[in-house]
Amino acid sequence: MKKLISLVLIALLALSMIPAQAQNPGVVNVFNWEDYIDEEVIRLFEEETGIKVNYMRFTLNEDMLVQVRTSPGAFDVVFPSDYAMERMIAEDLLQPIDFSKVPNEAHTMDWLRNPDYDPGHVHSVPYMWGTVGILYDTTRVAAPIDSWGALFSDTYKGEVFMLDSPRDTLGVALKYLGYSINSKNPEEIKAAADLLIKQKQDGIVKAYQVDETKDKMVAGEGILAVMWSGDAQYAINLNPDLAYVVPKEGSNVWVDGMVIPREARNVDNAHAFINFLSRPDIAQMNCEYIEYSSPNQAAIELMGEDYAQNPNLNPSQETIDSCEFFHDNQDVKVLYETFWGMVKNAK
Amino acid sequence: MTKFIKRGYLVLVLLFLYVPIVVLILQSFNAGVSRAKWEGFSLKWYADLFQSPAITNALYITVTIALLASFFATIIGTAAAIGIHAMRRRPQAAMMTLTNIPMTMPDIVTGISLMLLFIFTRVQRGYVTMLLAHITFNIPYVILSVLPKLKQMNRHSYEAALDLGATPGYALRKVILPFVMPGVITGALLSFTLSLDDFTISYFTTSPLVQNLSTLIYSEARKGIKPTMNALSALMFVALLILLLAINRRATKAQETKTNGGTK
Amino acid sequence: MISMRFPPWAIGAMILGLAGFAVMVAANVRQNRGVKRSLFAYPYSLWMVVFTIIPLLLIAYYAFTDRSGQFTLENFRTFWDSNHEMNKQLAELGFDPAALGGARGTVNVDTLVYSLWMAFLCTVICLFLGYPAALFMADRQFRLGATLVILFIIPMWMNFLLRTIAWMSLLEDNGLINSILTALGLPRMQLMYNSQAVLLGMVYNYLPFMVFPVYNALSKQDYRLSEAAMDLGASPILTFWRVTMPLSLPGVISGITMVFMPSVTTFFIPRVLGGGNTEMFGDLIERTFLSADNWNVGSALSLIMMVLILMSLTLLRKVDPEGEGGSTI
Repeated sequence: MKKLISLVLIALLALSMIPAQAQNPGVVNVFNWEDYIDEEVIRLFEEETGIKVNYMRFTLNEDMLVQVRTSPGAFDVVFPSDYAMERMIAEDLLQPIDFSKVPNEAHTMDWLRNPDYDPGHVHSVPYMWGTVGILYDTTRVAAPIDSWGALFSDTYKGEVFMLDSPRDTLGVALKYLGYSINSKNPEEIKAAADLLIKQKQDGIVKAYQVDETKDKMVAGEGILAVMWSGDAQYAINLNPDLAYVVPKEGSNVWVDGMVIPREARNVDNAHAFINFLSRPDIAQMNCEYIEYSSPNQAAIELMGEDYAQNPNLNPSQETIDSCEFFHDNQDVKVLYETFWGMVKNAK
Repeated sequence: MTKFIKRGYLVLVLLFLYVPIVVLILQSFNAGVSRAKWEGFSLKWYADLFQSPAITNALYITVTIALLASFFATIIGTAAAIGIHAMRRRPQAAMMTLTNIPMTMPDIVTGISLMLLFIFTRVQRGYVTMLLAHITFNIPYVILSVLPKLKQMNRHSYEAALDLGATPGYALRKVILPFVMPGVITGALLSFTLSLDDFTISYFTTSPLVQNLSTLIYSEARKGIKPTMNALSALMFVALLILLLAINRRATKAQETKTNGGTK
Repeated sequence: MISMRFPPWAIGAMILGLAGFAVMVAANVRQNRGVKRSLFAYPYSLWMVVFTIIPLLLIAYYAFTDRSGQFTLENFRTFWDSNHEMNKQLAELGFDPAALGGARGTVNVDTLVYSLWMAFLCTVICLFLGYPAALFMADRQFRLGATLVILFIIPMWMNFLLRTIAWMSLLEDNGLINSILTALGLPRMQLMYNSQAVLLGMVYNYLPFMVFPVYNALSKQDYRLSEAAMDLGASPILTFWRVTMPLSLPGVISGITMVFMPSVTTFFIPRVLGGGNTEMFGDLIERTFLSADNWNVGSALSLIMMVLILMSLTLLRKVDPEGEGGSTI
């Protein structure tokens, strides 16, 4: 009995040591968020180029970072968010993109061509973008919401959903107080945390959630919710009583981009994939499926009035200018996390 | 009267367990995509199921890992329980502490620590490493299921068998194992259950190419879990219910024929 | 961030561990003069050494070092004073910690205490709900008993996230239960976003783990013992208390173990049913590892929690009447 067990164990261990097979030249390993691409797009790519797509999914930027750091060479194209991209560039995990192989990149909107998170636009091509704002129930507010202040007032006591995310929520408070969402000033961060603690102690917040909020707003569980523009659009589609606004104090604008890890094994195929996704008709198809904002100017023109007139997905340049990108805040992360812990722990 | 109370209590507890399941299954028939809004009855998510290779792959991986992991964990765990039971006080206490350790570790720590092990030993993560991880966290549950039965057993039965001339192996098979079998089965069932549902540990000990159902569902949580998953769960529920009840029927029938046909 | 180069002392410790194991096996064989039943446990202990102890040592490595790999006890200090790291950094940046971070931060300690308390409540509720259920199902005269036990386990095979989300649909302010209440003209109840909902979710999740071992212990009990007691004049209640219950104790201990320990590290339920209003330790550790990217503190927190749980279980074992010799007939 014992011998049998040991034999089996040894066999298993041996099996797991088999090294990875050399990569088939006709493959591209894609690492993306769940449900963040139209499956039809993948099928078309495989048809047109003959390259097989190995599509893998991650849930959080942090999970993705762990995977990319610990499995070099496993991924050819990755879709990180802006601040995660900054982190990856700082840790030298990415390689510069050869834009001669990605001519479709020229369709990117102007204001995204030299972003803070990737100066000179060397390592990334934008994929989807959006803003952070307030989703609210128009039937239960006195007047249209236009300021972050609505979240902190007693008027909507117990009916406010905040994001369960340190940077986003502290960022909202910072913006309301007139500071930058990337503040490295402990006094400012503390002021933001105190505001949030007071908000919690006054019973204004119903819950801190991330994914569950949009369905709850559709059901009418709350009156106000801090939300990403794409999620807001999803909710509005299902419940026309809802409306989304980027408050006048300004907010966060986020970008999910496409990058190629330094150790990628199928670099040419990676470029081909990125180029394909940036093609106007493909970008349009994708955007109509995902319903986030597209960074592709040509695709926007193809999408017509519906998209152009939608202030959530297509905000004015003025709105965009009032928003900031998140930057990697490794050096003050301890501050943010500790203050956030205080907010969560407050009774 | 007491019978009524007893039955009633059981019904209440079962109701408590099953109401969410019913809700879950109902949602699988929602024509709309959000659980917040019922948009009519539809079977489209069931149709979707069979067209999604990602889901069928994940299902295959989930079931095979659960079966294999509970199989190996049951063997190793039962052997371990028998061994621990035969130990003296001190080593026994030490072994029990060892057994308890994996259960005190939060999933994420188990997951990360195993990931570190595989990175450190340059073992590529994938199906096998996920299987190893599942076996690891299942074994303590098997031990904890088998051990109480061993303690209940008359400690002299085994020795009596040896005295009567049985070899240790024979005594083991004919005396100990039959008595602890319910514990072994419970342990196996618990292991299967835990493996089916695990996502954190699986996530860190596998490669993103080899996803099981739980990690797939978890990754959908960000954008909203589509009712396709509910449809899958509903199907699994029905399949398992039928399977288990059938097995149980046969077992009870076998039991009855044994009692009725055997000598008193 | 993840250092692939482990210092000599860490590698040395691991080799020592394996060597120690080999010595133990040899000693056992020598002492028992040959292969005895206790040797059956050794494949398991080897497995545990490789897949639990060594990974644990790796975690300990992170717990006792800082980001640059140097030995430190600061991570444990951060458990006691959650503001510790921040205050250090504030001082470095030239700010006055007293004005900003201020007093000792109790976030980590509070969260651990809360989690232990919730786990305790969950275990007690599971015991009081589960024991009678197991008892009734193990009743010899109840033929459906075994079938019902199976019905107990099947919900556990439905995905945990989906089940928890289904509870949301029931408990929400606009959920099924409240919809029924409003239809009946009754006021709405706040059933979610609080600790009670989290407790409900936890009990829901762990109840079968209590029922099984107890059922197993009760079902194969020699019924003649309780019959004899009643023949001798004991009431059913006394019989239960003095005969049935004590004999089921090993099962109860198993059940408590299988419920208490994992429930301390619960995560996801506090977020979904508790509305993220109060963190439990499992969420805290996950946040520390991933969001804060602080594997050192995360490892230290995990070690502390594990030690505490193990200690409370050792206390529990003192209660176990194992020392009296198990079955007496």
